[in-house]
Amino acid sequence: MNAPASFDEAATTRERLVVIGNGMAGCRAVEEILARDPSRFDITIFGAEPRVNYNRIMLSPVLAGEKRFEEIVINPQGWYDDNGITLVSGDPVEHIDRENRAVVSHSGRVEPYDRLLIATGSDPFIIPVPGSNLPGVVTFRDLDDVDKMLAAADRGGNAVVIGGGLLGLEAAHGLCLRGMKVTVIHLMPSLMERQLDEAAGWLLKTELERRGQTILTGADTECVLEKDGHVAGVRLKDGREIAADIVVMAVGIRPAVSLAKSAGLEVERGIVVDDHMVTSDPAILAVGECVQHRGTCYGLVAPLWDMCRSLAGYVTGEPSGYEGSVTSTKLKVSGIDLFSAGDFSGGDGGEDIVMRDAARGIYKRIVVKGDRIAGAVLYGDTADGSWYFDLLRKGEDISDIREALIFGQAFASGGALADPNAAVAALSDDAEICGCNGVSKGTVVETIKAGACSVDAVRSQCKASASCGSCTGLVESLLALTLGDEVQSGPKTLCKCTSFTHDDVRRLILEKELKAIPQVMQELHWTTPDGCASCRPALNYYLLCAWPGEYVDDQKSRFVNERLHANIQKDGTYSVVPRMWGGLTTPDELRAIADAADKYGARTVKVTGGQRIDLFGIRKEDLPAIWADLNAAGMVSGHAYGKALRTVKTCVGSEWCRFGTQDSTGLGVKIEQMTWGSWMPHKFKIAVSGCPRNCAEATIKDFGIVCVDSGYELHVGGNGGIKVRATDLLCKVETEEEALEYCAAFIQLYREHAHYLERTAPWIERVGLDYVKSRMLDDPEAIRKLAARFRISQKYSQDDPWAQRASGDRKDLHQHLGEFRPLVLENA
Amino acid sequence: MMIGTWLDIGPIDQIEPGMARTLPVRDGEEIAVFRTMTGDFYALVNKCPHRQGPLSQGIVHGNAVTCPLHNWNISLKTGEALGDDEGCVPTIPLKVDAGRIFLLRDAVIGRQPPVESKAA
Repeated sequence: MNAPASFDEAATTRERLVVIGNGMAGCRAVEEILARDPSRFDITIFGAEPRVNYNRIMLSPVLAGEKRFEEIVINPQGWYDDNGITLVSGDPVEHIDRENRAVVSHSGRVEPYDRLLIATGSDPFIIPVPGSNLPGVVTFRDLDDVDKMLAAADRGGNAVVIGGGLLGLEAAHGLCLRGMKVTVIHLMPSLMERQLDEAAGWLLKTELERRGQTILTGADTECVLEKDGHVAGVRLKDGREIAADIVVMAVGIRPAVSLAKSAGLEVERGIVVDDHMVTSDPAILAVGECVQHRGTCYGLVAPLWDMCRSLAGYVTGEPSGYEGSVTSTKLKVSGIDLFSAGDFSGGDGGEDIVMRDAARGIYKRIVVKGDRIAGAVLYGDTADGSWYFDLLRKGEDISDIREALIFGQAFASGGALADPNAAVAALSDDAEICGCNGVSKGTVVETIKAGACSVDAVRSQCKASASCGSCTGLVESLLALTLGDEVQSGPKTLCKCTSFTHDDVRRLILEKELKAIPQVMQELHWTTPDGCASCRPALNYYLLCAWPGEYVDDQKSRFVNERLHANIQKDGTYSVVPRMWGGLTTPDELRAIADAADKYGARTVKVTGGQRIDLFGIRKEDLPAIWADLNAAGMVSGHAYGKALRTVKTCVGSEWCRFGTQDSTGLGVKIEQMTWGSWMPHKFKIAVSGCPRNCAEATIKDFGIVCVDSGYELHVGGNGGIKVRATDLLCKVETEEEALEYCAAFIQLYREHAHYLERTAPWIERVGLDYVKSRMLDDPEAIRKLAARFRISQKYSQDDPWAQRASGDRKDLHQHLGEFRPLVLENA
Repeated sequence: MMIGTWLDIGPIDQIEPGMARTLPVRDGEEIAVFRTMTGDFYALVNKCPHRQGPLSQGIVHGNAVTCPLHNWNISLKTGEALGDDEGCVPTIPLKVDAGRIFLLRDAVIGRQPPVESKAA
């Protein structure tokens, strides 16, 4: 028999390939080599785990109970036997002897090699907090971890998962399905922030919360708590404690490089390899999550396949070279469709195409650069994920299908249908345009032919796009098709990110109970991922006004002056204005102001038009300190920087003035104490004059009071700015209490109805004085109700922001990262 | 791929997403380091090309910042003014490695960084 003899002969001359790592990368590399040249190597594989090779990324479904271990085995024992591979499992390699070209295992087994392949993968990263080594703290990396989690789930109780990335969320999902009460702790403000943008992260969080998980974002773990030698919970840095019977650490992975490092191979973050997966030792190759290729370490499975192909090509004499991978991600949580690929950070040279369908919970965003797709984030409908990924990887020119790209492959490949107008024209008359209100294309076209020339007219006459607004684009197409150039543009939208007007947005925030900026953007179909410098501050104000005490102010959506509680000047320094109630001050306050001006180098000190003192030239890093000094003298923020109540200007009134009819100064102080700190659509100025001579110029203020013998005249909508407008007389009241109540009511009406950045003067010009009067004076209860709402809102806004900052809050907004002092060489 | 010395300016969590912080440079231009809402990092000279406004104090949206002085929109990637405005502010090559932010030293001190001929 010739065959066995030649087999033996081959065995003696074959190169010896030793593989360290019996995981997905190691075995795949062997498979690729065998496929190219089955008799080239004599192969030995060392594995640390006491089992055959299995599909690690399917551990999540095993944990969730959707798959059994047997179903995720890739290479059963028969595969090793059939290919003459020696599998040494449960006996990890502990030493590489490069000089003698041999590896030494834990049990002392010495295996010589001609070629060595390191595929040690990665280790889970354990955050080094106290208690992280307690029994009951597990990682999520191999089958043993899954077994530990399943054992904990059998006992029931609470699970805490640290890490809201891909792995952490899959662990949380599995434990939740197994009946545990799960809390996810994530350091960053948004889940899966490396794969998802803020909008998709918010949708994901909402869905997981709906499924009963508690998701804590922006949560920093301080320590793991212990009871009776076992994990008992987790304490966050903000002091919150969460009970836990098991804690899963899933914050990330690190390439497993210790073996390679101690062998003296070049190692940075991972084992450094070239395009053929060769390490700094030509006899040693490395592949998988343990390597660093062109500066990148990968933690996903797809790049492994590409690496293994290049490696196998190289060692079998047909090198192809690996050039790095573009990766895509899918979350393996049943019922949640989520896909991300490429660079979705957007920006310039790049353009975002966004489609949102709130009713179906869909968010799609394609980032296009030049004529190519650079990245994609899909939530809710990922059917086209692979198509986008394909276009992305191949770098295909998408200019021809760009208009219809976001609608997916079926639509975009339709040739003529790629023009959205043509696509709409091709729809039959009974095709549904507006799903919310059941309006067909025929009905919309009839409505347009009957005289509706704008989206708004169509909305009001046949209700198409009047609810969720997702079909606005279709209605616009129908208008264009039906009317040609006669389409009238509707009222101005809030900004270019949305088709809704300010009024629409304010109404929908209340109707749909929208309570966060990403939620508004999703539900109202924003066309940008995170808005712009116009809509973010507007939405922040609208939400603050709609949900006092509930909405958390978003500092990153605030204009710098409101974020730093001071006025930025042309040289980048700030001006500081302490509050002087009604324009009153004292010698002590003046001394403190003078001291502060000296101490912090105020280059200009000026009296303002609103009867305050303004200190100019203060550096942003000095602001908390100057505020602390002014606070110590009893002064608080003057809000001279805000879309807020600015000042109440007064004249000296009946206390001193021979013409004074009432205590205008005292009333001014009371009004300022009632209204200070309130955020408004725009700045708001008040004045109280003690007689009709009007020395406080009350008739060019947003709210002005002119005292007369018989009571108080209340004036509204004045402005001394670009376009001078004298106030309109609202009404006359008899008592101070009434004057205060009417003032509060007017402010609240303005707060609730004006557009962001609309002063009272243009607001009243727009809505009419009669409207303001009817809203305030027709219903005898109106004043009381409006004023009551204002007071509720004030409960949450009369915290001195200066005192908060002076006590160390938000230091990051004031302090530099550090200062760089370059070393200057004499003769450099 | 940029070559040269990289300055470690600290961990990424010093900067909240959607915000920026500053790094003064002695005898040089102050640098603004940005973190976008999607978690990308960029560094620019902290001066708007229009009237030298501190870009670090602007509202960050997408990969752009709106200057707090006159609302110019500046690309964080290229430093160029967006829309109809024209002008450009120098960018500082930045990399994030193992949770820390690094700036290219030559660019930080205002020197033109050398560029490797072959792009990685």
